[in-house]
Amino acid sequence: MFGYYAQLGLRSLRRNPVLTALMVMAIGFGVAASMITYAVFRAISGDPMPWKSAQLFVPQVDNWGPQSHGPDNEPPDMLGYVDATALMNAHAAQRQVATYPISFPVQPADAAVTPFSVDGYATYADFFGMFEVPFRYGSGWSAADDQRHADSVVISSRLNDELFGGANSVGREIRLDDRSYRIVGVMQHWDPHPRFYDVANDNAFAAAADFYLPFTRAIDLKTETNGHSNCNGHAGIGWDGMLRGQCTWISLWVELPDAAALQNYRSFLQGYAAEQQRSGRFPWAPNIRLRNLTQWLDHEQVVPQESKVALLLGLGFLAVCLINTVGLLLAKFMRRASEIGVRRALGAARREIYLQFLVEAGAVGCAGGVLGLLLTGIGVLGVGLVFEPDIARLARLDLSLVGLTLLVAIGATLVAAFYPTWRAARVQPAWQLKAG
Amino acid sequence: MQIKPILGALRRHKAGTVLIALQIALTLAIVCNALFIIQQRLAHLSEPTGIDEANLLVISNQWAGTMSPQQIDAQIQTDLIALRQLSSVRDAASAEGYPLRGGGWDNFVMLKPEQLQPTTDAAVYLGDEHSIGTLGVKLIAGRNFNATEVMRMGSRQIVVPPVVIVTKALADRLFPDGSALGKLIYPMTSTPTTIIGIVEQLQRQGVSAWSKPYAYEALLWPMRQDAGGVYYMVRAKPGQLAAAIREAPAALYAQNRMRILDPEDGGTYPQIRQRIYESDRGMAILMGIVCVVLLAITAAGIVGLTSFWVGQRRKQIGVRRALGARKRDILSYFLTENFLISLGGVLLGSVLAIAMNLWMVQHYEMARLSLEYLLAGIVALLLLGQGAVLAPALRASRVSPVEATRSV
Repeated sequence: MFGYYAQLGLRSLRRNPVLTALMVMAIGFGVAASMITYAVFRAISGDPMPWKSAQLFVPQVDNWGPQSHGPDNEPPDMLGYVDATALMNAHAAQRQVATYPISFPVQPADAAVTPFSVDGYATYADFFGMFEVPFRYGSGWSAADDQRHADSVVISSRLNDELFGGANSVGREIRLDDRSYRIVGVMQHWDPHPRFYDVANDNAFAAAADFYLPFTRAIDLKTETNGHSNCNGHAGIGWDGMLRGQCTWISLWVELPDAAALQNYRSFLQGYAAEQQRSGRFPWAPNIRLRNLTQWLDHEQVVPQESKVALLLGLGFLAVCLINTVGLLLAKFMRRASEIGVRRALGAARREIYLQFLVEAGAVGCAGGVLGLLLTGIGVLGVGLVFEPDIARLARLDLSLVGLTLLVAIGATLVAAFYPTWRAARVQPAWQLKAG
Repeated sequence: MQIKPILGALRRHKAGTVLIALQIALTLAIVCNALFIIQQRLAHLSEPTGIDEANLLVISNQWAGTMSPQQIDAQIQTDLIALRQLSSVRDAASAEGYPLRGGGWDNFVMLKPEQLQPTTDAAVYLGDEHSIGTLGVKLIAGRNFNATEVMRMGSRQIVVPPVVIVTKALADRLFPDGSALGKLIYPMTSTPTTIIGIVEQLQRQGVSAWSKPYAYEALLWPMRQDAGGVYYMVRAKPGQLAAAIREAPAALYAQNRMRILDPEDGGTYPQIRQRIYESDRGMAILMGIVCVVLLAITAAGIVGLTSFWVGQRRKQIGVRRALGARKRDILSYFLTENFLISLGGVLLGSVLAIAMNLWMVQHYEMARLSLEYLLAGIVALLLLGQGAVLAPALRASRVSPVEATRSV
């Protein structure tokens, strides 16, 4: 029966090619608009470490006081040096890293090559284990290296390709800002999106970082942050002010594997803030936050507004296209009221009518899906015209998007076909035959 | 035209009527908001910076070797002399930021040292006695800096030059009576700085929504930063920008090779504009495409459904024609019918459009929809409906009275 209905459907679709083309185009455009915007949205709003994001937390401590905040009393989104080092040295979590972005000139060994600048991070040994960084050669540095403020460095495979032609460079030297560092590891390509560990510096979608070196060493060298330093009131003066003042410029991450660890750390953090109040350093009541990775991305509003507005527009567009399709299908099906009457009079059950018209709608959905897929493909290629290049390069057409596009097209058409089909199935055979 | 029979007929086509009205309503809501967003984005694009954009080149310079503050300051001065000596260059100055950079230094400004609530917020630019001439901004009151007033500032040092040049926008905000010249202000400092000059117009480094209330409020301090990188603002002689783009980096490398000129920061003003307005322009394009396709699809839907109705009512049309209705009457019947449905659609759509806008205002820092956009949208959709219905209605008007006598 199915094959027969498919034949009937195709014949009916061929009978009004203009109406059919209209429906296919409406579905195609609607699906493509929503899929293109969804591809961008998906690329930037995802969880970069779904298997671990519930165990990674960002502690915040209010070092500015309630009069510097809005009504939500939200503490600064980074820490000052004093608090960051105190929390690091307490070792209250299984793993903890303090991180800030830095930028150094590279002086290539070949004097003919002009220096170029690279972006990286000052961080701790736990960084690589905690964020599960994959290595091509070597590994991260050890906690002992943190202790002795070692001049170790981990570089990206991109920088390794550029300076060492992709060879194993572990143990070799690299000159950064007129100082020599020993390479201990070369990463594989590692570029989580969004770059959750540095969203506070608006680096969520920046190009991948090229080097990582011990935080303790960077501080010894008075390396300034390449990100924001947010100061409340008068900034401290000079490097000393950076360390001892209340400017916030360091991101702290801790790994808390289970609920008990979370509970412990929360009370530790509360205790730390209370201690600061007792000592008179912060004369206000403890004000802390401890958000996990997904809550943090949400709080920092990592997904740009452009992409949210665009997704909403895409969905609104699809809704209009669907309403359009409902109207056209209704017109198409009801025009055949007398044909339905004859079939019903000849013994076709309501169920058969349903099946026949849903098959016909399904065919429209398939054609719309194929057109939608084509348009989505073109749209994803052209997405760079609309979104910033940092974000546009993340959107791509993969197998799951292809599947989703077809599914949405057919699903949406069947939903749209439901009301017209129901109306068609309710046609009274006697009335139609008499009228005919 | 009698409306009552039309309403009676529509009651027999509830589903189709509701579908067209709903489609028009949604289209109106989306198109109004989209056009409004386009206008807001494009308004941004045409804001002037107040500087001589056509002849300016911004060079982002980082130091690649270790240098003491003294060495950096000396290098900046020799670099500037070298740049000014180029035949294609009219003037050059050092800077710490530039208009449309995307963000940068800004300070709250107070009128009294002990004031808690700031009076306003100003973008802070650093420069020297060459800055005004290099940027090409117009000094409309007071005087320029002189060379002896230029101070040096290390990283994170607090240095407050005793003199400041402000933009007219800032002067008017601080002293609405126009008496700004010679007055003292406190830009997040406890020591005052005296306004010695007022320039006509100078845009801020950023165009983010938060800085909108402080648009064009900027101050210029006579200072050179002797730590970290520096921007060289280079103003070419008229028509010689291309030569300056070639000569300036070469001249800088000739002075000292240990520097990094960042091609992704600075550049010419067309490049700078493109960088900062990329997402604005993109959003406007996206909204434009959405509007056009949406209107086309809605029009197509109206054509499709009305054609169906015309086909369904051929017999009735024939009867009416046989009873003496003119072609004109049939035509106006369908036009009026569509007008009534569209009217219902745009009424519902207006409510939707305002609701959608209010929701976006709440969530996405957007401005309130102005009523002109809504009115324009309503008129556009009513016209679109009439236009779409015209072809099927004309076909209906050509139905011959003979149809009345046919049984099917």
